Amino acid sequence: MRSPSTRTRLTTAVAAVLLLLLAGCSPGARDKGGPVTLRFQSLAWQQDSVAANKELVQEWNASHPDVKVEYVQGSWDSVHDQLLTSFEGGEAPDVIHDASDDLADFAYGGYLADLDDLLPARLKSAIPQRSWDTAAFGKGVYGVPFLQEPRVLIANAAWLRTAGVRIPTPAHPWSWAEFRQVTKSLSGDGKYGVAWPLKEPVSATLNLSLSAGGRLFQRDAGGKVTVRFGAGESVVPRTVHDQVAVDHSAPASTLGSGGSDTLPGFFGGRYAMVPLGFSYRQQIAQQAPKGFDWKVLPAPAGADGLTQGVSPQTLSISADCPHKREAAEFIAFLLRPRNMVRLALGDWMLPTGTEALKDPALHTAKDGWATGTALAAHLRPAPAQSVRGYPEWKDKVATPAFQEYYSGATGLAGLRRRLERDGNLVLARYQR
Amino acid sequence: MRTRPAARAGQYAALLAYLLFLAFPLLWLLSTAFKSPRELGSLHPTWIPRHPTLANFRQAFDEQPLLHAALNSLLAALGAAVVAVLIATPMAYVTARRRGPLARAASGWVVVSQAFPFVLLVIPLFLVLKNLRLIDSLAGLVMVYVVWALPFALWMLTGYVRAVPVELEEAAAVDGAGRLRTLVSVTAPLLAPGIAATALFAFVTAWNEFFFALVLLKSPGNQTLPVVLTHFIGAEGVADLGPLAAAALLATLPSLAVFALVQRRITGGLITGAVKS
Repeated sequence: MRSPSTRTRLTTAVAAVLLLLLAGCSPGARDKGGPVTLRFQSLAWQQDSVAANKELVQEWNASHPDVKVEYVQGSWDSVHDQLLTSFEGGEAPDVIHDASDDLADFAYGGYLADLDDLLPARLKSAIPQRSWDTAAFGKGVYGVPFLQEPRVLIANAAWLRTAGVRIPTPAHPWSWAEFRQVTKSLSGDGKYGVAWPLKEPVSATLNLSLSAGGRLFQRDAGGKVTVRFGAGESVVPRTVHDQVAVDHSAPASTLGSGGSDTLPGFFGGRYAMVPLGFSYRQQIAQQAPKGFDWKVLPAPAGADGLTQGVSPQTLSISADCPHKREAAEFIAFLLRPRNMVRLALGDWMLPTGTEALKDPALHTAKDGWATGTALAAHLRPAPAQSVRGYPEWKDKVATPAFQEYYSGATGLAGLRRRLERDGNLVLARYQR
Repeated sequence: MRTRPAARAGQYAALLAYLLFLAFPLLWLLSTAFKSPRELGSLHPTWIPRHPTLANFRQAFDEQPLLHAALNSLLAALGAAVVAVLIATPMAYVTARRRGPLARAASGWVVVSQAFPFVLLVIPLFLVLKNLRLIDSLAGLVMVYVVWALPFALWMLTGYVRAVPVELEEAAAVDGAGRLRTLVSVTAPLLAPGIAATALFAFVTAWNEFFFALVLLKSPGNQTLPVVLTHFIGAEGVADLGPLAAAALLATLPSLAVFALVQRRITGGLITGAVKS
């Protein structure tokens, strides 16, 4: 038989553990008086961008003694898993930096606050509706889109001048057919007109296809989404395929590479052009050999002009955040036009705000800023933005299908069959 | 049997080639850490940086709290190694010496537990640690690392205990040594290389671990080195390569140092000369 003292000790220990558990579960355990503290998880990673974010947080803290913001560094590489776990455990950051194409699962899962009633009218009207559409899911808006980047052609300007090709501008871009001709004329002797880094072929293809009217995902009156690969959808894939497999104006070796992997070949004079995201200019400015003459050109245009899809960076508020109003005020502060420009310059991207886009710093010819800014009005939500089941469709069907097509292992009919027949089977499972 | 000189030279060449192959990532990391951005973008990379620079190290240390993160990693890894060994050693002894259905079931469970994916465990662990108020603390992280390392540590140490001849313990008993004296004076010294190897395994596992640290630690002041390293990587895998290499080099050195310190214990003869002839 246990002694009374042992029993007492055991009872106390069990009671202590239970109290601890209850305290941990209590919703009020987080804030007890004093200034409100908000945790802001930023994914800024470039030197200037981190500095801009930290400075803005400091400025906010200096002028808002009652609402303290704590800057937490997150990482693009792992943000989805990290956020998902934090949401499940009720420990998510209050203000969340992410990309709009990552928000759908979180928004539909009820993890993010609907910002519609929280944001000031000034901020709502500062950002065009087409940008808001990237963060709207169902009946709510779950993120504020604030930075975006078009895909552009980074070109070896000296090479293009020597070859005597017409230099495109946003007002007079190349058509896709002209682009193919130009790359053909630039190629030969182990050199290529263009190098396509298509490690992630799906988003690049879909986003650029909007220029030719290719939407791929068709939504019927009942809201049901199906894949349809028609003439508009085939313009961009066929151009890439023909450049690689027919004209040999693009090397097959870069198809599995990321954007950074193609830069040494670009600097070394192996490729005349590389299609990259606008923010890659930072790496190019940093790594290009002295005297290397590079230029930013708009991506080719199709029947719908320079239109292309983007998934902007967003700021959201966690549904569990007990101080949503204060968090929204912080977001509004962070995204004042002048501050949005500071963030854009730090990340070498474009701001979504119309007022911010007018800033003279974004209209200089240096480093191609003016060319990118001229494309802002043509940016639309990425076609896959709100399609449920898109990640599975992309990984299981579209990525291998595009990879096979671009490498020449299958034809256009095979690509169409895979995307439509296999793809619709996948999407149907999400729409029952 | 004597080896011909030519054959011996071939063996050394093959060994050297193998060692170079193994060392390649580390040497490349070393080279990259001292290159300027322009050299990193070169089409014809060189082993020896043409214009070596410390700028990557300066930038890495300026941008991220690397030393603080290294200290956090060290505390978590040392804590995990010490606690895992303290728990696993007696368990391994019992498992090895008391054979029966229970020991077999325990061994089976150890093997099965290694098959659980991290993602399956992380949410229950997160909730348990949250209720214990151990989220965002190194103590909580050490607990997770111990739990994670324990099955394999137990499996490793059980093998080492089985390699110690039971006859030695019986001989000590015949010579009049008690149970505790036998364990301390006879078994423990012979087990030392195994304990060192197990501690090293637990240390390196915890030092390199990323996912639990990412999910469980919130405050910037608590983050460990692998988490901080990802801050040099942007969207779509774009990386600030120079500072990343400099920081990764820093992250590699402590593991190598610990391994250098204990490798003699691991590779030394386990029971050389221990058996009475």
